[in-house]
Amino acid sequence: MSDTATRIRTILAQHAKLAKDASALTEDADLYQAGMSSHASVNVMLALEGAFDIEFPDHMLTRSVFSSVGAIRSAVEELTGA
Amino acid sequence: MLNAADIVDQLTPALHAPAAGVRVGIDTVSVPAIAESLAHFGERFIRRYFSAQEAVDARAVQGDAAMHERLAARFAAKEAVIKALDLPEAGIAWCDIELTRGANGRPALALHGRAAEVAQGLGVREWAVSISHEREQACAVVVALLGATATGAAPLATAPISDF
Repeated sequence: MSDTATRIRTILAQHAKLAKDASALTEDADLYQAGMSSHASVNVMLALEGAFDIEFPDHMLTRSVFSSVGAIRSAVEELTGA
Repeated sequence: MLNAADIVDQLTPALHAPAAGVRVGIDTVSVPAIAESLAHFGERFIRRYFSAQEAVDARAVQGDAAMHERLAARFAAKEAVIKALDLPEAGIAWCDIELTRGANGRPALALHGRAAEVAQGLGVREWAVSISHEREQACAVVVALLGATATGAAPLATAPISDF
């Protein structure tokens, strides 16, 4: 697992309030179905910004960007230029 | 005598007019969860999610608990608008949806930027919003009236509310 994905899972474990263990989620597992509320997704977003020193532009503040570990990882990699 | 082209010309404005109708959205928010966001992320949370005026209005109360309730109510109003306008994929800044205090102290909505564009594109003519908050929970319901101006029907008489 990449370091980015690991860090994302750590943030999800801390802030997403999932009903499941964040480390056991597949890349494509739907985080909202796993228990993440819209408010929890705001906390996840803020935590990601702090952890990766990025800022999500408005057009990336969509439900789908935060819908899975894979989607978050793609967004973070795009913003960090990884 | 009208020909087909004339008929199309006359119908076209009506065909492209925004459909009259109503959209509704509702959201409920845990006040302690808002307090938690503030504790974790501080001013970043306020800055990203609330307009300058919303932050001022929320703080114009005695004590953190009351402020958290007001922030939670504003948060709920934004989420309710997002639902009403089907905006989860629109990519809008949360500050572009603002809960305001009208001159008479009643809540109102102000949309800016992309949120305003989407509302206009849908033909939203008028908004109605109601909020409620207590120590543990805040909620908001919003109604968007689309298309033709509301006819101003007489208000409904207060009726007993059934417990769903």
